[in-house]
Amino acid sequence: MLNRLIFAALLLAPGAALAQGQKPNDAQIAHIAYTAGVLDINAAKQALAKSGNAEVKAFASEMVRDHQAVNDKALALVKKLNVTPEDNATSQALSKAAAAKLAELGKLSGAAYDRAYVANEVAYHKTVNGALKDTLIPDSQNPELKSLLQTGLSLFTAHQQHAEHLAMGLAK
Amino acid sequence: MTHRAGAWLILGALFLAWSNPHPAEAARHVIEIRNMAFAAPPAGLKAGDTILWKNTDMFRHTATDRKGSFDLDLEPGAQGETRLRNSGPLEVFCRYHPNMVLHLMVGKVR
Repeated sequence: MLNRLIFAALLLAPGAALAQGQKPNDAQIAHIAYTAGVLDINAAKQALAKSGNAEVKAFASEMVRDHQAVNDKALALVKKLNVTPEDNATSQALSKAAAAKLAELGKLSGAAYDRAYVANEVAYHKTVNGALKDTLIPDSQNPELKSLLQTGLSLFTAHQQHAEHLAMGLAK
Repeated sequence: MTHRAGAWLILGALFLAWSNPHPAEAARHVIEIRNMAFAAPPAGLKAGDTILWKNTDMFRHTATDRKGSFDLDLEPGAQGETRLRNSGPLEVFCRYHPNMVLHLMVGKVR
């Protein structure tokens, strides 16, 4: 829980985690968005290895496929723009929180694991959606990056709804 | 092919031509899937028409009839065609992104 709060706080106010009072630049925003995708792919790979539930596995496959697709586009874009994604405190905090979550989920199994994974997917996508909407999209300068982040927001919103739907089914 | 099979084929073709002397042209519609959404439904859909589903999104999607009459799995850039068999309302969704839903109204055959 504490991890999630720290994570939410950092994401929702990346300025605080970057140099004082500074908004993230495009190179940092690209890094944060890419990292958010990679972390969700890692969580999905763990689900594919651990879960025995067909719906959970289908959801996890979708996470791998969709986030890989958007990250491939992001890599192509930064290359085209000649921008090197810049590691930053927000990306690091995200990675740290995700590693802790992965370790926590790793200890669970069966239906308890499925519920915890899907519940975290709901929370994670909700948090990333908030960050995209309130910070990353408005602060991004390059129109192509902004547009890709908007696609990311549509994607994360769809995933959040899918995860919520799945969570309701698992709670029964 | 035997003569008999050939004769049956010709008879069959004659029957089809006779039973439907003036077939109305079935229309072909296009519905694009992009930016995590189905495009707005085309007007004037009729039973017997076909829909070409074009996935121009960067993500894999499906065009799936809620009642199960078709289920197209479309990789990014792929397209596929379905025929509207019956008139009435039709609900199409994406199995991978269940929030993607399209409501179609199909009119009676032309």
